[in-house]
Amino acid sequence: MSLLPRLPLRFSRHFSSSAARCLATPVAQKPVLNKEFKIYRWNPDEPAKKPTLQSYTIDLNQTGPMILDALIKIKNEVDPTLTFRRSCREGICGSCAMNIDGQNTLACLCRIDRNEGKDTKIYPLPTVLYVVKDLVPDLTLFYKQYKSIKPYLQNPNLPADGKEFLQSPEERKKLDGMYECILCACCSTSCPSYWWNQDEYLGPATLMQAYRWIADSRDSHTAERKEVLQNEMSLYRCHTIFNCSRTCPKGLNPALAIAKIKMELAAE
Amino acid sequence: MMTTRALGLGSPLQRTFLSRSFARNQSLLSLLRTTLAKRAVQTESLPASASVDILNKQRLLRPSSPHFTIYQPQLTWIASIANRATGGALSALLYGFSLAYVVAPGTFDSVHIVEFVAGLPDAVKYAGKALLAAPFMFHSLNGVRHLSWDMGKFMSLKGVYQTGYAVLAGSAIGTIALVFL
Repeated sequence: MSLLPRLPLRFSRHFSSSAARCLATPVAQKPVLNKEFKIYRWNPDEPAKKPTLQSYTIDLNQTGPMILDALIKIKNEVDPTLTFRRSCREGICGSCAMNIDGQNTLACLCRIDRNEGKDTKIYPLPTVLYVVKDLVPDLTLFYKQYKSIKPYLQNPNLPADGKEFLQSPEERKKLDGMYECILCACCSTSCPSYWWNQDEYLGPATLMQAYRWIADSRDSHTAERKEVLQNEMSLYRCHTIFNCSRTCPKGLNPALAIAKIKMELAAE
Repeated sequence: MMTTRALGLGSPLQRTFLSRSFARNQSLLSLLRTTLAKRAVQTESLPASASVDILNKQRLLRPSSPHFTIYQPQLTWIASIANRATGGALSALLYGFSLAYVVAPGTFDSVHIVEFVAGLPDAVKYAGKALLAAPFMFHSLNGVRHLSWDMGKFMSLKGVYQTGYAVLAGSAIGTIALVFL
């Protein structure tokens, strides 16, 4: 017979959260560090019930370091009805964008504040767009706005060598700090102008992508791209508030991109 | 057992029962039970076109998520709102006073105002001056900050915070200077 100890057979999925219990040799248990999470709940099956903050207390020493670890632990072990989006858990997919302790960020990149006495409040992205369920906002409008700026290369001319559009290193450098955007919507939904005018104002994420294509030397539709922004609402509802750059989980600066569009439009 | 036989799971289940240890398979049994329970859920078949109706019905009921009530107060947007508020208040004062002068020039001319203010106690005078000076200083200095942004200066997060604190400090000093002028 095998010398391996027989592990308890479980059908629940394991995450790192409670792994210590499954180890063969007992390890010293860390002291309990209970932390309260207050999480926004709203259930579309009971639409008449107002959204509430539901409180969950979990042991941080049995949880991974990030807010997303805590959410997954709550969903696995406490309340399977808790609903949120997540995918890559490493800040590249943008699914787990939410408002944590008053700031928009990615749950997977946000460390849990280990202060026991302070609760952590988690809300969906603050939009006037609507909540689908719990921490899942409806981003339909956000994606429509992104689509509206035609976020792809527009150039009917063939490349000079018949193969590819060439770019100098300087021209390529202009795209740095913009192409990295993962469209998590943290910035747009942190913008007060977007809160009041999201139906007409494009918002920082979309505008930065608009400039990403305006600045691209390979794109030939620069004039048309600028033309659609030349009105009161699409671009000029930006009042240089800077909530976008303050909140960006990827450390980008949408406010700078918008300022560059404004300066280029003013110079025409 | 009826349901398991119907699903063709009868024989594996029997084998489970007949195996050496009943207890060992307890967990397997519970898994089977939950799987079977899930399969018993009735689903309704709807045409694809119905999904839009369902979605639209749901959309009408969705709440909007909270924004400015839950967002962390930050120098960025609080300063922006303060800029609006002070601008609005200063404009209201200017236009209000000008209109009042047009309506009743005898009451709202400089002589009467000087006389009125001279009669007030010192504490009220200083408080009133501070109340006028603080929004004026903040709005003027923050206006310069906005102009520099429009020229593309200080457009980094660091620049925003440095100029923000500079404007706050400048407003405080300017207000004190104006109050004791």
